[in-house]
Amino acid sequence: MTNLMTGAEMVVRALQDQGVTTLFGYPGGAVLPIYDALFHQDRIQHVLVRHEQGAAHAAEGFARSSGKAGVILVTSGPGATNAITGLTDALMDSIPVVCITGQVPTHLIGSDAFQECDTVGITRHCTKHNYLVRQIEDLPRILHEAFYVAQHGRPGPVVVDIPKDVQFAVGAYAGPQNIEHKTYRPRLDADPALIARAVKMMAAAKRPIFYTGGGIINAGPEASRLLRELAELTGFPLTSTLMGLGAYPASGKLWLGMLGMHGTYEANNAMHDCDLMIAIGARFDDRITGRLDAFSPGSKKIHIDIDPSSINKNVKVDLGIVGDCAHVLRQLTEAWRGRSADQEALAKWWSQIDKWRARNSLSFKNSSQVIKPQHAIKRLYELTKSRDTYITTEVGQHQMWAAQHYHFEEPNRLMTSGGLGTMGYGLPAAIGVQLAHRGSLVIDIAGEASILMCIQELSTAAQYRLPVKVFILNNEYMGMVRQWQELLHDGRYSESYTAALPDFVKLAEAFGARGIRCSDPASLDAAIMEMIDTPETVVFDCVVDQTENCLPMIPSGKAHNEMILPGADEEEIEQAIDAAGRVLV
Amino acid sequence: MRRAEFWCSRMNAPAAPLSPYSSAHGKSNIEVHTLSVLVDNEPGVLARVVGLFSGRGYNIESLTVAEVAHAEHLSRITIVTSGPPEAIEQISHQLERLVPVHKVTDLTLRGNAVERELAMIKVAGTGQNRDEALRLAEAFRARVIDASIESFVFELTGAVGKIDQFIELMRPIGLVEVSRTGVAAMSRGPDPT
Repeated sequence: MTNLMTGAEMVVRALQDQGVTTLFGYPGGAVLPIYDALFHQDRIQHVLVRHEQGAAHAAEGFARSSGKAGVILVTSGPGATNAITGLTDALMDSIPVVCITGQVPTHLIGSDAFQECDTVGITRHCTKHNYLVRQIEDLPRILHEAFYVAQHGRPGPVVVDIPKDVQFAVGAYAGPQNIEHKTYRPRLDADPALIARAVKMMAAAKRPIFYTGGGIINAGPEASRLLRELAELTGFPLTSTLMGLGAYPASGKLWLGMLGMHGTYEANNAMHDCDLMIAIGARFDDRITGRLDAFSPGSKKIHIDIDPSSINKNVKVDLGIVGDCAHVLRQLTEAWRGRSADQEALAKWWSQIDKWRARNSLSFKNSSQVIKPQHAIKRLYELTKSRDTYITTEVGQHQMWAAQHYHFEEPNRLMTSGGLGTMGYGLPAAIGVQLAHRGSLVIDIAGEASILMCIQELSTAAQYRLPVKVFILNNEYMGMVRQWQELLHDGRYSESYTAALPDFVKLAEAFGARGIRCSDPASLDAAIMEMIDTPETVVFDCVVDQTENCLPMIPSGKAHNEMILPGADEEEIEQAIDAAGRVLV
Repeated sequence: MRRAEFWCSRMNAPAAPLSPYSSAHGKSNIEVHTLSVLVDNEPGVLARVVGLFSGRGYNIESLTVAEVAHAEHLSRITIVTSGPPEAIEQISHQLERLVPVHKVTDLTLRGNAVERELAMIKVAGTGQNRDEALRLAEAFRARVIDASIESFVFELTGAVGKIDQFIELMRPIGLVEVSRTGVAAMSRGPDPT
């Protein structure tokens, strides 16, 4: 049996050998040979998106919900540049994505040829690694290496740029066996001496807290299981970043809710007052820490991360442990067994936490006249929680309300753009999730502004009969921008009101989807049930209170214990926000 | 060219804040470190390294790069960088994160490394200045690699400070221009860097 084939055939063969079943892409001149090779096979389903940004986000949704790498195929020039936002998003949130781009033939590179761009130059900063394949001999190795690099260590996007002449060239194919990068071998197990030190610190702690992040979800379901085991064994309270929601169940007794800018009062105060912080797979992002020099001032900090550069990047820690979250959690759990925390101190700590919890920082004033956005999310949660549900979000107030009021019990159930904050992420991500989980209920919790950024993907959903549900909290404003303008710019709502919104019901129908509108709190449940029971794509236009603010909130430049809570009056808000905070993002 | 002054001003300047809350990073304790980075000699590897420095706002004081093992396709990049110690630790980790990077050694942190730089210095002048230039060149063991009736080009190898000093001495005599290679460095003793 010969293994001679063209470069284009190698691409398809390598994807098959890597177990790829779904490919998101958009054809063009520089990838025609690969599309021709795809035409002759049926093991990989190609999903035709309507914009390359959609392909990248769909691959992210597919990857994050399934634990496999997401794969996209786009053409040179505009195909590659349109994918940049999605690649950057995947880099920030550590999502394994392999992006194959076509390139003009090698002899035209550098000549400003039609649809030429310096793809490896442009994507160098928004990928974990990238390759320009100059000769057919390198192609099989690079293709398999791309999957290895995307999925090993801290995951991320990898670009393989293939000139058209290389796609036509004939060479010998080699399979993925023994593909290991010559230098890239991330450390998985932690140094046992560090584990021993960590356990000692945990046993001595009086006010400990677990601060967990997306790294646990990236490390696979076993990491979440081990986290739950370790948390139960120790009895320590636990909070999580947006990206880590679901690793520990929201119904668990140790759960404090999400932390950070829109986190709960109890989570943020516990972070501020703890004497031992155990950060696992989280990266001390500015949305989490608030004012750095006032961040958890009295605590010792342990940081577990697979990426050595994450440790001591923003916050100086006392013990940095490099390793894969699942491996380190297993080591920690084994080392902890038989030990016990300071029960007396822990009981005191929990009673303090209960006092913070009693402030009920996620409360809001409901209304019978107008749908409150928080109420809409709460009802959506109640009506979908017993089903096999996956949630994606766009970016803004609705995203934070989803994080606060939709309670995640399992990992891989929330797909959201955390690091980059990409409006337009949710719908294509939902398409990716639905393709990975055909029979599940997939809901994109959206805002009316975000959804318009990638609305064209409704056409993709229609083509592949994907029953994704787009649940729009429509307040006619870019809500988070409006909120910041209210709080920081004296209510000067510069360009944050959308004066000419489409009729989302008609828009849905134009795309071959079902449109539902609801503006009456009394009929909300029935309308949500109608959405759930509709076996096709649904756009749900949920008309909500236009001026609701997302609280609680740590204003920029403030510490964890300086939150604005629901019910704060104007004077309190005035005092909470100062000029120094205004210059921050 | 005003490298000596540039360095001094750098060392007295406040640390470039790593966050809006620069106080979190303490005083402006700027250090200068030499990093030796062994990389795969593949297209774009230098752009990756340099792009990392510009993208994350790190300083490059000098940079040299050349292939050092042809059969293994290895190049060594020697970078002199400056910043507060925690930033320099970050730089090492960020460099290690690049896929084609084999090894990063902070020679300053490790101590006891040899560092050398080569410079060409063009000096023009006649009469007494010309004699003085030659005398100083001899004292510094600089070689004359080009001469005309009214100029010399000197070649000087040595530690950075020695070259800085020679250049300062040539300035009043008739310094025209300087070309420097940047620092090459290696650990002392039998073990590889």
